[in-house]
Amino acid sequence: MSDMTTDPLLAQITGPTPGQLLRRRIFGHQGLLIGAVVLALLVLVALFAPVLAPHDPYAQNLLERMQPPVFLGGTWNHPLGTDHLGRDYLSRLIYGARVSLLIGTIAALISGLIGTAMGVAAGYFGGRVDAVVTFLINVRLAMPVVLVALAVVAIMGGSLQVVIVVLGLLLWDRFAVVMRSSTLQVRGREYVAAARAVGCSTPRILLSEIMPNIVNNLIVVVTLEMAHAILLEAALSFLGLGVQPPTPSWGLMVSEGKNMMLFEPWMVLIPGAVLFVLVLAINLMGDGLRDVTAPENRS
Amino acid sequence: MPDPLLPEPLLTVRGLTIDIPVGGGTLHAVRGIDFDVNRGETLCIVGESGSGKSLTSLALMGLLGGRIDRRAARMEFDGIDLTGANKRTMRALRGDRMSMIFQEPMTSLNPAYSIGDQLTEALLLHRDISRDAARARAVELLEKVGITAAASRLGQYPHQLSGGLRQRVMIAMALMCEPELIIADEPTTALDVTIQAQILRLLVELGREMNMAMILITHDLGVVARVADKVAVMYAGELVETGSADEVFNAPMHPYTRGLLRCIPQPGKTERGARLGTIPGIVPSLVGKVSGCPFRTRCDQVVDACRQDVPHRHPGAGEHAFRCVHENGLRAGGEVVT
Amino acid sequence: MLQFILKRLGLALLVALTVSIISFSLLFLSGDPAAAIGGETATDQDIEAIRVLYGFDRPLPVQYWDWLSSALAGDLGESYYFKLPVATLIVDRLQITMLLGVCGITFALLTAVPLGVVAAIRPNSFIDRLALFLSVAGQAMPSFWFGLILIVVFAIQLGWLPPSGTASAAHFVMPTIVLGYYAMPAIMRLTRAGMLDVLSSDYIRTARAKGAPEGRVLFKHALRNAIIPVVSLAAVQMGFMLGGSIVVESIFALHGAGYLAWESIARNDLPTVQALILVFSLFYIIFTFLSDVLNAWLDPRMRAG
Repeated sequence: MSDMTTDPLLAQITGPTPGQLLRRRIFGHQGLLIGAVVLALLVLVALFAPVLAPHDPYAQNLLERMQPPVFLGGTWNHPLGTDHLGRDYLSRLIYGARVSLLIGTIAALISGLIGTAMGVAAGYFGGRVDAVVTFLINVRLAMPVVLVALAVVAIMGGSLQVVIVVLGLLLWDRFAVVMRSSTLQVRGREYVAAARAVGCSTPRILLSEIMPNIVNNLIVVVTLEMAHAILLEAALSFLGLGVQPPTPSWGLMVSEGKNMMLFEPWMVLIPGAVLFVLVLAINLMGDGLRDVTAPENRS
Repeated sequence: MPDPLLPEPLLTVRGLTIDIPVGGGTLHAVRGIDFDVNRGETLCIVGESGSGKSLTSLALMGLLGGRIDRRAARMEFDGIDLTGANKRTMRALRGDRMSMIFQEPMTSLNPAYSIGDQLTEALLLHRDISRDAARARAVELLEKVGITAAASRLGQYPHQLSGGLRQRVMIAMALMCEPELIIADEPTTALDVTIQAQILRLLVELGREMNMAMILITHDLGVVARVADKVAVMYAGELVETGSADEVFNAPMHPYTRGLLRCIPQPGKTERGARLGTIPGIVPSLVGKVSGCPFRTRCDQVVDACRQDVPHRHPGAGEHAFRCVHENGLRAGGEVVT
Repeated sequence: MLQFILKRLGLALLVALTVSIISFSLLFLSGDPAAAIGGETATDQDIEAIRVLYGFDRPLPVQYWDWLSSALAGDLGESYYFKLPVATLIVDRLQITMLLGVCGITFALLTAVPLGVVAAIRPNSFIDRLALFLSVAGQAMPSFWFGLILIVVFAIQLGWLPPSGTASAAHFVMPTIVLGYYAMPAIMRLTRAGMLDVLSSDYIRTARAKGAPEGRVLFKHALRNAIIPVVSLAAVQMGFMLGGSIVVESIFALHGAGYLAWESIARNDLPTVQALILVFSLFYIIFTFLSDVLNAWLDPRMRAG
């Protein structure tokens, strides 16, 4: 039989390690790569806004009002033109990235904390805790988000902080739903039973046995909710009840451009397009992460 | 050359080959197998899981997925060429003249429709018959497969039936159009042991009664010994030995067949307390180029020539055939094991 | 089945009650509602008079009970701005919103379900990739921006459709698309995933083994099972749509309930806002309840249980 050891029939496929596989999947996933690169660029733009912006985004110049962008016959002094108050459009766009990313990140963090705590508790403890959390999720889903957010922001007064907190307090539902079902799946596994059997404390089991195994789902929801929060902020600001002028918010810029839409459609097109690209990049990344970390769960 | 004294077989398969594209290349799941089934005859295809038995049965029915490549030198059902048959021809055959019983009764019935709807579907599709007549036929067959209160079962849904009942329904469903050939792919594997024998007996009796040819796919040699007219032993995508049940059981030629038979106790032959045989090793990967005898990595009769093409051998006058480099399946000086 | 319905109904009522408490307490989020009504010019005496007039001086549970019991009797209070009963206002405005919602969900279903089915039949084909791209892009598209682009292209540049108003069916084309497209990605993905799942199931193979033609296999055997979760999703989306009508109605100047909400929020007309939140929530609750019942009816396993 010794002469058979080199038989090609026996040659077992020696697979790559899980780490190599993951890396290969990440770099083989176009959507994920494109999304990550675009998002990274926009984050850099937001971070280095003071360096990159050619003008002060708040500086008004009534003599240079509504100049068209370069590609529509404008000058390089204002590459993307100026708005109805003569403020440089490009600079406002660049600073607008800060508003969107800040709101997206912090709102997702707040709602992530609330939703994850509720979802994990419901999934792990089950019983009455689960019933209460499920009920709260139902209540939350029944409330019309845009309407409630608008109303609360209107009552509390529109500002960046208020918008962030309101969105953070409203968008925890998906975190709770996904974390609950992920925890339910993990809870029954042998290693959790083993940890319980050797007498690990509940917080320890939650942190070192449950969390590491559901964190990939959490990251996916974080990206989706970031995108959701960014879109909602833009919608609130567009309706005039979100971030207040003169803050450079993309939603606000679309709203301001709307009045000039008939003659200067670019004033609406440009900020909306940037918003679209940012949200698309985040969504592509989220979808990609889901595919890469759990290809069997793709839906 | 057809023997004028023997009737044309109902099903003829020559050189059936199935390739499946997979991540790392092509999986050569079935490679050039030949067999015949005559009217009213039961052929058992035996082999381990993954040997290509189920794929073979799906290939006969034309139910392989689109990505799977099926080729054959010849594949005929009652003179109809199945290799070149278009979809319409295959559809007309399926469920009417040839039907199939699947392994998983729990999932093979559509949860959204009642038993009656599912039973009568094939009949309504293939025959010009009224709904009432179809339902009457369904009741008749449900009674035949031993289901009590058959008429009231028609309105029930699959989830309301146990696994054994569902498989009886599946059998009744396959018999609705009185097919000439029925293919049963491990019809009892998913059932409780106590029900397995009942269902199998029922299937074979009904087959005899209706003079149907049957291909029974199984890995249970005990079943084969009881019901088979002919046996085909499959290993890693090849038929290593075929023949009448008598020939294969009493004079197994291929080392793999011998190994399999050593694994089951035989009345009068196996001594009390004796250890049953096992075949060491695992089935080889069939991805990429496969050459030589696939069993050579586990065979106790292996020689260098096993890496080359393996000849078909016909030891007697009948249909008995096997593939091995050794003339009687044994290396010179090797011992006879059965 | 009856037990299931009763259980769901009980849950729905409980959710509705909780939502009513939340929308009631919204009034007190700003601090003193009397001061809000009085406005900046009101003196302390004015505010005190308003407080007594509206009953803000009573304990909160009493006020809530008062509000809820009159709400149940169909009295949702009086609009601060229109000086009309809120209930009358909302019933009047809801017609447009409901019409828009029905058009929107119909549009979404009629486009997303066939796309999802085709994508599932030919996974990784051009159509599948296109559908996937559309769904990713659709989710990222800000609806107010999409609406404005449609206006620029189809109303201003091409002049095919009226930019705003409700005078004819043509006025509802763009709002329907803007409201409906947002639900499409989720419906498309769920249909596709459901069909992929069902198409690989054993009972589809059984249907093919019976010689059923492909169309019958796809629609009678597969879609019938894959559509069950889509029904729930559509109901949920319909609920979201009514809430989302606020953006669409403000862009296209449709004077529906969403537009009323926007006006009322801008005018600090709290009774109207409260009532609208309650009404939109109730619609969501009713839709999801009905979809649960419909689901149970569609799925024999639940129908019997």
